[in-house]
Amino acid sequence: MIGIEHYVIVSSILFVLGVLGIFLNRKNVIIILMAIELILLAVNLNLVAFSAFLHDLTGQIFAMFVLTVAAGEAAIGLAILVSYFRSRGTIAVDSVDRLKG
Amino acid sequence: MIQAIAFYLFAVLMIASGALTILARNPVHSVLWLILAFFNAAGLMIIVGAEFIAMLLVIVYVGAVAVLFLFVVMMLNIDFAELRAGFVRNFPLGIAVALVLIAELVLGIGAYRAGALQLGIPDGAAAALPGRGNIDSIGAVLYGKYLFLFETAGLILLVAMVGAIVLTHRERRAYRGQQDIARQNARKPSEATVNTRPEVGGGVQL
Repeated sequence: MIGIEHYVIVSSILFVLGVLGIFLNRKNVIIILMAIELILLAVNLNLVAFSAFLHDLTGQIFAMFVLTVAAGEAAIGLAILVSYFRSRGTIAVDSVDRLKG
Repeated sequence: MIQAIAFYLFAVLMIASGALTILARNPVHSVLWLILAFFNAAGLMIIVGAEFIAMLLVIVYVGAVAVLFLFVVMMLNIDFAELRAGFVRNFPLGIAVALVLIAELVLGIGAYRAGALQLGIPDGAAAALPGRGNIDSIGAVLYGKYLFLFETAGLILLVAMVGAIVLTHRERRAYRGQQDIARQNARKPSEATVNTRPEVGGGVQL
């Protein structure tokens, strides 16, 4: 029978894959954004699994809010990416040094 | 039995497509693997009985976010081979961080197995309605206890939409001799002409 631990293991593997994706593709913002989506997906999976196994719907509601924020974040991130590409002609992260931060 | 088979199928496919998302050479392939990962995650959520979130995942992520990624990847003319330059150099560090992270997570699961962690006990305020489906129960909780948060989520989406439009909107530059019909129509004779009596030798103001 499938228990909560199976879900936690699967979603933690997915989470680690997302973090690994950020480290591996350090230059490509698009892949970094996709890796962030993977991380949020893992979190959502965890929330939904705990919500189902504890018989409490709060986890699913929070998964919805995470989904909302993820959608907004993707839209804003890609918009920044597009306008940055227009002005500089590249999206390599290590050349993003206009603010000298 | 069939539940276990479906779980392992979805889980293996999801992890494999997640790995291919971050490893694929072509970003378009990355987006497509990401879509497959979302579908399999939706399958996992259906197994556990959360149909509404599963369908929301398919609609919002696959239908909107992934298509947005596809658009951006195809719209920008980027040399992706150049962006992969540091891939091999970053590999050891990435693997090290991933191993540390997974060791911590395994430690947590081991602690739970050994009985050191207690899962919280729900107070029953957001329990599923007896005899009703998942969507009915979610609706009752969402429009009752979490109504304010729901409205706030709508506001967040509105702000994100306005922000995205403001960031990417390009004002078209007016070229010479361009006609502005609204300005022409709004022009009145009383504003267009002025009656003046200039002094001799004082010059005129245009």
